[in-house]
Amino acid sequence: MEITVKVNGADRSADVEPRMLLAHLIREEFGLTGTHVGCDTTHCGACTVLLDGQPVKSCTVLGVQADGREVTTVEGLLQGGQLHAIQAAFKQEHGLQCGFCTPGMMLTGSALLAENPSPSDDEVRWAISGNICRCTGYMNIVKAIQAAGRDLAANAEAADESVAS
Amino acid sequence: MLPSRFEYHRPDSLEEALHLLAEYGDEAKVLAGGQSLIPVMKLRLAAPAHLVDIGRLGLDSIAEAGGRLAIGALARHHDLERSELLKARYPVMAAAAPLISDPIVRNLGTIGGSLCHADPAGDWGSVMLALQGSVVLRSQRGERELPISEFLEDTFTTALEPDEILTQVRVPQPAGSSGGTYLKMERKVGDFATVAAAVHLSLSDGTIERAGIGLTAVGTKNLQPTAAEAGLAGAEPTEAAFAEAGRLAAEASSPVTDVRGSAEYKRHIVDVYVRRGLAKALEMARAA
Repeated sequence: MEITVKVNGADRSADVEPRMLLAHLIREEFGLTGTHVGCDTTHCGACTVLLDGQPVKSCTVLGVQADGREVTTVEGLLQGGQLHAIQAAFKQEHGLQCGFCTPGMMLTGSALLAENPSPSDDEVRWAISGNICRCTGYMNIVKAIQAAGRDLAANAEAADESVAS
Repeated sequence: MLPSRFEYHRPDSLEEALHLLAEYGDEAKVLAGGQSLIPVMKLRLAAPAHLVDIGRLGLDSIAEAGGRLAIGALARHHDLERSELLKARYPVMAAAAPLISDPIVRNLGTIGGSLCHADPAGDWGSVMLALQGSVVLRSQRGERELPISEFLEDTFTTALEPDEILTQVRVPQPAGSSGGTYLKMERKVGDFATVAAAVHLSLSDGTIERAGIGLTAVGTKNLQPTAAEAGLAGAEPTEAAFAEAGRLAAEASSPVTDVRGSAEYKRHIVDVYVRRGLAKALEMARAA
């Protein structure tokens, strides 16, 4: 089946079997291997991508379900060659060790910040409760998402000021 | 893991979807949010030849009309979790929605899909039993409404005919003084319930008008402990009455020993959760 998906802002087309999972469509057809397949059973969240802005587990979505819709993968976080605030914050706050869960964590985190720019500890932990990390104990992941929220707010304020002046 | 091969259909209208189901019958499965069906297909527990994707047909409104709450079958758990209407007037639903699976799964999973999947460990079935909900089933032959207690037949088995689609879930509007909650024990976020209980209570002049109870993961389907409900109807809302209801609910449940706990332990949790849920529901009903 011929499908077209807007991936990280650009239309991508592929001819796929309907049974191909979105995770494999992204990795194998589109060559974006930042989306990791962990448990393959809807538990771990390593395969999380944004579908029309909302986090979904791409091992539990058919590629054909994304036809005509927008997908954001970890590669799409990069902004004009610059790390997105959430990527910079994960680096700064040591929000990762092995890195396997990190793409999913960052995408879930960025979706949270889009609707709640300054989440509490509990709100972050609630939001990422479908993403499992086996290295960090979550402490630094929570800190990184909160730090990214502060950075995004500061950047927005700076942008407002430069417009005003 | 990949599902078996199937032919994929994405109808543009409900009529078209019903036509496809009439044509393919039990060779077809309806795909809504896919959060139960796709895992089951990956495990090859289901291998439908045709998949009818109704995910873009809308059918996701949440609104009160004509004395009842009507929820489109494709309302996502996430939408129900956020609904101010449910928070204000349907506390059992508002309590259950955020406890279903995990936040990412709730972005796609639907109430209609969950009910049609009919997993005895599913949450919405118990909620609907407590609230005396019903489901609307459409086919080319027409439309029928079934009480949830008749819809849920057995493990993964409902009264849905192969050519039917569940289009709407209905719940009677609550009486003036009512309250309720959903209590769920789970080992971790995203795990199926070890045990859960949905409890709804309405008062009339201080006595219990009706109590509704639904139990999760303690039988071959979501259970309604009718003896416990009957004992409460018309009774004074006392601790002793709640204790008796807890005992009767535990007696009505038939859990199995598994990795989540022994049957004896689960039965005990039913007792505790029913008592605790009734106390919470009473508090809310009195405050209403």
